[in-house]
Amino acid sequence: MGILVDENTKVVVQGITGKEGTFHTRQMVAYGTNVVAGVTPGKGGEKVDGIPVANRMKDAVDVYGANTSCIFVPPPFASDAMIEAADAGIDLIVCITEGIPTLDMIKTVHFIRKCGAVLIGPNTPGIISPGKTKVGIMPAHIHKQGGIGVISRSGTLTYEAVDQLTRVGLGQSTCIGLGGDPIVGASFIDHLRRFKEDRETNGVVIIGEIGGTAEEEAAEYIEKEFNKPVVAFIAGQTAPPGRRMGHAGAIISGGKGKAEDKISALESHGITVALNLGQLGKTALQVFKDS
Amino acid sequence: MKIHEFQAKDLFRTFGIPVPSGKLAYTPTQAVDSAKGLPGPPWVVKAQIHAGGRGKGGGVRLADSLEEVERAADEILSNPLITPQTGPSGQKVRQLLIEEGLDIDREFYLGIVIDRKLESPAMIFSQAGGMEIEEVSAKHPELVFIEAIDITHGFMPYQARNFFYALKPLPDKDMLKESSAIMSRLYKLFASKDCSLVEINPLVLTKSGKVVALDAKINLDDNALFRQKEIAQLHDPYEMDELEAKASEYNLNYIRLDGNIGAMVNGAGLAMATMDVIKLAGAEPANFLDVGGAASEETVANALKIILSDKRVKAILINIFGGIMRCDVLARGVVKAAKEVEITLPLIVRLEGTNVEEGRKILKDSNLDFSVAKDMEEAARMVAKQVS
Repeated sequence: MGILVDENTKVVVQGITGKEGTFHTRQMVAYGTNVVAGVTPGKGGEKVDGIPVANRMKDAVDVYGANTSCIFVPPPFASDAMIEAADAGIDLIVCITEGIPTLDMIKTVHFIRKCGAVLIGPNTPGIISPGKTKVGIMPAHIHKQGGIGVISRSGTLTYEAVDQLTRVGLGQSTCIGLGGDPIVGASFIDHLRRFKEDRETNGVVIIGEIGGTAEEEAAEYIEKEFNKPVVAFIAGQTAPPGRRMGHAGAIISGGKGKAEDKISALESHGITVALNLGQLGKTALQVFKDS
Repeated sequence: MKIHEFQAKDLFRTFGIPVPSGKLAYTPTQAVDSAKGLPGPPWVVKAQIHAGGRGKGGGVRLADSLEEVERAADEILSNPLITPQTGPSGQKVRQLLIEEGLDIDREFYLGIVIDRKLESPAMIFSQAGGMEIEEVSAKHPELVFIEAIDITHGFMPYQARNFFYALKPLPDKDMLKESSAIMSRLYKLFASKDCSLVEINPLVLTKSGKVVALDAKINLDDNALFRQKEIAQLHDPYEMDELEAKASEYNLNYIRLDGNIGAMVNGAGLAMATMDVIKLAGAEPANFLDVGGAASEETVANALKIILSDKRVKAILINIFGGIMRCDVLARGVVKAAKEVEITLPLIVRLEGTNVEEGRKILKDSNLDFSVAKDMEEAARMVAKQVS
């Protein structure tokens, strides 16, 4: 179990011949991920570590049987790559690329949803079901198979959180990075719905940050419909308004998107919030043990 | 990226959105010359800085004579302008926009933003023009109207009618035609120039029945600047903090804050969380600095040099969780920087993740004086102790 990715996931890496694409393909294969093909237009017929490279996504799906795509294509071409993947019939698209124009993403998310595919990212470390498969760039060794789902808007912050969970003995069912951009393919709620149905998942850690209202919406959903314990952390309590804190989506604008509002929304809906990142593992252990 | 009002108005003109006649001036004498060439009196003298709330700080003045134009220009140019958005030390004004004054009948607000929840651009219209829209939304939500824009169809004429027929009292029908054209042109500008925000506050109906954009604000999507080369050139380096400007040359995400703990972190989320734990430990961060997920030795060295050139910094915290970025690369970068600039400040290092052992060894084998923290909490406590 776990959600979205497991032993049956067959990955195609879009942009496999690039530096990042090749490096992370090797890391994924080393973890046991079944990478069935790569796609780089113009390099069809080549091989990367024995993995066949195709020119088109439709070949990756029709010839090599890929059902999941992992994208390392530069920002100007990433939107095309995502739409190509969805159009070729890929079920899950994981877009690692950072720096895609927002208007491109608006067009892309609407198209992908119409195709019935799921998009993770962009600007995400990806998704991992520990012990089974990883589709992304996260350091695998910090993870441990277990019963905690992790959903996060960040990259390294998620590694920090996962590392703490593993150290206190809490393994993970699936860890997902939503992506640090203002427009991303899926929300906390989309994945919480999946974790709700997943028998392997006993509790969920959500990691949010300033900007937007995704955490507030999640808080409401959790209280109304979610049946498993949740622990949250929100980054950016000291972030000044109006400044973009690294992630394109991490900005307090027009008085909206403050960490304190997110924390109080979560708390008022009965969700435990770890205020100090250093305490996240211990807090999670406490909450998940008691429930 | 932000641009100035006069630059935004130039774009408005290109897209056929009416703006008052105006000219740029850099000195009080030029301001008078500009006014002479414009319809008036009255004239309006407007400070050109990015920070909002210029009117509240005295950066927008009405002048009824050329002498008043000169005096207003002189006053605005000689002292830093303090507005609710500049901070207490204010912002030096280098350029002025001199405009014709208009006879105003009614004021409206018109803007386009990216609505993250709707996952689309959204146009906002309100009859409470001239006030901050956030304030109006909070106090009088019934006066604020929003239309989500379908990105494949663009802004539709019926959406302008939705706005117009909600107005009380209903203005003359000619305004519908003019404002509808302005709305669809504004969306064209927004979409074709990759804006993240456009705002006309106020959009005015003049006594002679014309609809004019009295103010103009445009923010661009930084991620799209690669394909908006002309607009990217409108960037004004004077608007940036010196260290922030330098950091952006090095491709670093750096934001200067008010504290004295310099922090270097990989990843934006972890960098924010590190600022937060510094604060929880009782100290104040001097900056946000994300060296990026895949920083090189060079980037790390540059980042450390930026922190060291901030004279307020009294102690440094390096917090790295190696993912794509390897801890040995970080360590080499730190050692490289230390060879080029002397590090006399207390340095606390917390390393974890990919190649952590090698990273720790490189630091240990160097002659650097530094302390190692075992986790984030300890790191924050140790660095806070240095300044308490």
